[in-house]
Amino acid sequence: MNANAFIAIDDVSKDFGTVRAVDRVAFGIARGEFFSLLGPSGCGKTTLLRMLAGFEFPTEGEIYIDGQAMASEPPENRPVNMVFQSYAIFPHLTVRKNIGYSLRRDRLSRVEFDRKVGRMLELIKLPGYEERKSHELSGGERQRVALARALIRRPKVLLLDEPLGALDKQLREQMQLELRDLQREVGITFVFVTHDQEEALTMSDRIAVMSKGRYLQIDTPTQLYEAPRSREVAAFIGSMNFFDARVEEVADGHARVAAGPLGHLRAATRAKRFSVGETVLAAVRPEKITISSRPPAPSDASGGTNFVKGVLDATAYLGDRSHHYIRLPGVDKPVAVSAQNLNPAEFDVESRKRDVWLNWSSEAVVLLRAT
Amino acid sequence: MSEPTAVSTGSGVAPMGTPLRWWRRLILRNEAVRGYTLLSPTLFLMTLALGAPVFFLFLVSFFTQDLLEISTDFSLENYMSFLGKENYQKLLWRSLKVSGFVTVLSVVLAYPMAYFIAFRVRKNKFAWLILITVPFWTSYLLRVFAWKIVLGHNGVINSGLTELGFIEEPLTFLLYNPFAVVLTLAHAWAAFAIMPIYVSLEKIDRSLLEAARDLGDGPAMRFWRVTLPLSMAGVVAASLLVFIPTVGDFVTPTMVGGPKGTLIGNLIQIQFGKANNWPLGAALSVISLIAITAVVCAFLWFTKRVRTQEL
Ligand SMILES: Nc1ncnc2c1ncn2[C@@H]1O[C@H](COP(=O)(O)OP(=O)(O)OP(=O)(O)O)[C@@H](O)[C@H]1O
Ligand SMILES: [Mg+2]
Repeated sequence: MNANAFIAIDDVSKDFGTVRAVDRVAFGIARGEFFSLLGPSGCGKTTLLRMLAGFEFPTEGEIYIDGQAMASEPPENRPVNMVFQSYAIFPHLTVRKNIGYSLRRDRLSRVEFDRKVGRMLELIKLPGYEERKSHELSGGERQRVALARALIRRPKVLLLDEPLGALDKQLREQMQLELRDLQREVGITFVFVTHDQEEALTMSDRIAVMSKGRYLQIDTPTQLYEAPRSREVAAFIGSMNFFDARVEEVADGHARVAAGPLGHLRAATRAKRFSVGETVLAAVRPEKITISSRPPAPSDASGGTNFVKGVLDATAYLGDRSHHYIRLPGVDKPVAVSAQNLNPAEFDVESRKRDVWLNWSSEAVVLLRAT
Repeated sequence: MSEPTAVSTGSGVAPMGTPLRWWRRLILRNEAVRGYTLLSPTLFLMTLALGAPVFFLFLVSFFTQDLLEISTDFSLENYMSFLGKENYQKLLWRSLKVSGFVTVLSVVLAYPMAYFIAFRVRKNKFAWLILITVPFWTSYLLRVFAWKIVLGHNGVINSGLTELGFIEEPLTFLLYNPFAVVLTLAHAWAAFAIMPIYVSLEKIDRSLLEAARDLGDGPAMRFWRVTLPLSMAGVVAASLLVFIPTVGDFVTPTMVGGPKGTLIGNLIQIQFGKANNWPLGAALSVISLIAITAVVCAFLWFTKRVRTQEL
């Protein structure tokens, strides 16, 4: 598929002995895109990235970068560079020589060399660091040096394997934004591996969600979050409440489904076709549910809103928001609700076992085909 | 020494007097004191068994031998006689050259073996290392004799080549010259060079080599720019381990060196033995010491530049 994409991954598989690390993956990445590979540990992200870099070769299939087949290109000849998870800064060299490492083959004069390295140091906001060694750098600084070193010859593609994994939360969030800005500034295609879904959502143009060597869905962050196409994706990106249901009626972009003990729910179908009688999953994000200690007024109980009554089971206070877990009659798993604490928290530990009413709009429901 | 160990390892149960308390506080707060305490057994032995004799050697080198007596008047005569005798200088120069060749040969032989074990062997690395040292479990003298047999007039090489008809007369350039000394010493010391090189290679983070590759270096450049600089500490250790003891060696040159293979060690040995001129022997030792120090300093300066790629 997508033979004219900038990077085309064409039915690629990779076996390590009897382990199939990547299983018939096929997709394309556009020029200048910030593309993320997201998935749980061991799903084959690193393996796929290393095949792009040339450190591993596909057992089957072919990779094309800018129209060129990569099957016979060793890493040193590929128009890609990599930022390693551990940064791999050369400990015996200064920052200046690390960043300029790949310029050797350009045979530059010393002045020209220093000018190029100086420009990269400005780009990563570390001017004056030329003569430092790797052990004199903090984790964040090392990460930037690794970035500069990989970018200095302007590769067609930059590969990043969990480059922010070793940083603390604050620095990581700062670097996420900086990395995103940097990518826009240099206009190079980034392929970014992470198992942190928030990170992927913040930074990417598109994300491939992977699982067990295959990809489940490739989409923009918004689409992945708002319109996941399978239960696995819905559960992996953020958290999600699932209800078993059966389609009863479909009309003008909405469906009415019977969700067992919950009664009838209304859901937007989002251009997907469902037939009456089909079993489906109705999925609702915790933050799209409103919790109230009062029953709805009769006037509310109309139109596109869904109401259910339950019992508050547990509450976790997180400062800016609270997570509530509500037991609904006849449903095994408590429903998760995430509420912004706009006012001082209405429910606290004391509120356990109280009756509460939940409501959410039909637009908040994603209908998934049960498989 | 016994007191500090008793305190630093002792439990809090023992009643502590004020000096003990004071010492414990000192040892916990002051890293330097901790360091010196750890060093003290070695330091003690070094001062007693190494520092003192060297000092004595230094002292004796300024004495002179008057037939049977040693005159303890300060004199530079021995040093003057070294400067005056070209033969002595030639011998020292030859010793440094021979040791230099031995060092280069040992490291060049050891490096590929160490590299192979560090990068290619996946299982039982330790067994490989042990196996490599097996030939060195025999005595040093025995190995020197073995070389004498291999290289000798009726030795393995000569008789082999004669039998095969390649040569009529036995080759005479094999034994009793500096070449034989270099070969014998290099064989004897190569195993010692493997260990430090192996350790430094083993420590190299493999992702650094991948990074070099990713940044466009082929195999030769990767070796020159990453592997070699990062294993330089091992190469330096191995070189010193081989160079320093071989400069003073007199056993091998005596057995396989012949007149052209005599080294400074032989000369020094003679002064302390047959010639019975201890002051001259001491002075020659001190001069060797200085020469070795100078060579080592130059070598360290050079290897540092390889390590930081400032060539
Ligand atoms: N060199 C190898 N030899 C054998 N199996 C391997 C090798 N490299 C990876 N694997 C296997 O391939 C699968 C995918 O590994 P990979 O490193 O790509 O995972 P990942 O998605 O990067 O995981 P993580 O998030 O933990 O880094 C794993 O099951 C792993 O055990
Ligand atoms: Mg990985």
